[in-house]
Amino acid sequence: MSDVAERVKKIVVEHLGVDAEKVNPEASFIDDLGADSLDTVELVMAFEEEFGIEIPDDAAETIQTVGDAVKFIEKSAA
Amino acid sequence: MFDLSGKTALVTGATGGIGAAIARVLHRQGASVAISGTRAEVLEALKAELGERVHVLACNLGKSEEVEKLVPAAEAAMGSLDILVNNAGITRDGLAMRMKDEDWAQVLDVNLTAAFRLSRAAMRGMMKRRFGRIIGITSVVGVTGNAGQANYAASKAGMIGMTKALAQELASRNVTVNCIAPGFIATPMTDALNDKQKEAIIAKVPAGRLGTSDDVAAAALYLASAEAAYMTGQTLHVNGGMAMI
Repeated sequence: MSDVAERVKKIVVEHLGVDAEKVNPEASFIDDLGADSLDTVELVMAFEEEFGIEIPDDAAETIQTVGDAVKFIEKSAA
Repeated sequence: MFDLSGKTALVTGATGGIGAAIARVLHRQGASVAISGTRAEVLEALKAELGERVHVLACNLGKSEEVEKLVPAAEAAMGSLDILVNNAGITRDGLAMRMKDEDWAQVLDVNLTAAFRLSRAAMRGMMKRRFGRIIGITSVVGVTGNAGQANYAASKAGMIGMTKALAQELASRNVTVNCIAPGFIATPMTDALNDKQKEAIIAKVPAGRLGTSDDVAAAALYLASAEAAYMTGQTLHVNGGMAMI
């Protein structure tokens, strides 16, 4: 697993209080990990802080799964 | 009841009568208190009066770069921010026909926009810690209106609407957002009125007297407390019965 994926996983586990094995790339924040709309905002802000990037609102809307987040962050940080 | 030991609070407009009374009561109940206002010497005097657990943060809420820094400064001074009291407010009264754009904008900036921006800055830490209290000091005028105060009434009504929206967004995180709407409160401003003017005001108040800053501060203490956990999106009217809403 890439470094970004590890860090994303850690943030998701911390924020949502879910088991680490549930946090796979296909897992949807809302449908599989029990996040509500506020959680998704908090996660996006946590990603921004962790990786020193800015995730605009329209991009944030496309981040539905753990894999989406990793892909977006890897692309932004590149 | 109403113990605030270990809690941290920021009170804006703490140089005014109501703001200082709120800072005093929160402090007396055990909270650390950051006091903000434009007149540093008045804040220092309040700090000298209260002693420990008080942080002076001079700030002009009419300047957006100063608004930006206030909540981070409070969090840096106290380690966190549990209770935000948006008390600061200004008036630029005048009949609407003669009201300048600038008078409108200044009042909205300080009374409403700054309150929003401070709330936005504070809610992040509150959400993370799953505890927060945001308290806005609005006014009876925000509900009843008042001739000569279109700007002030709009800003205070706006605060009530904002409070309801924020309350809905934050309720699931144990962050409550409420307002207090004082009526006529005895302050240096009302001291300037002559006896006849005072009588005319008091005639409209069933309680038969002006309110005191402490009357308002007691409501703020309740809203700040753990006991008020189930109270959110509401406006407490502290007005001696002059308007029953």
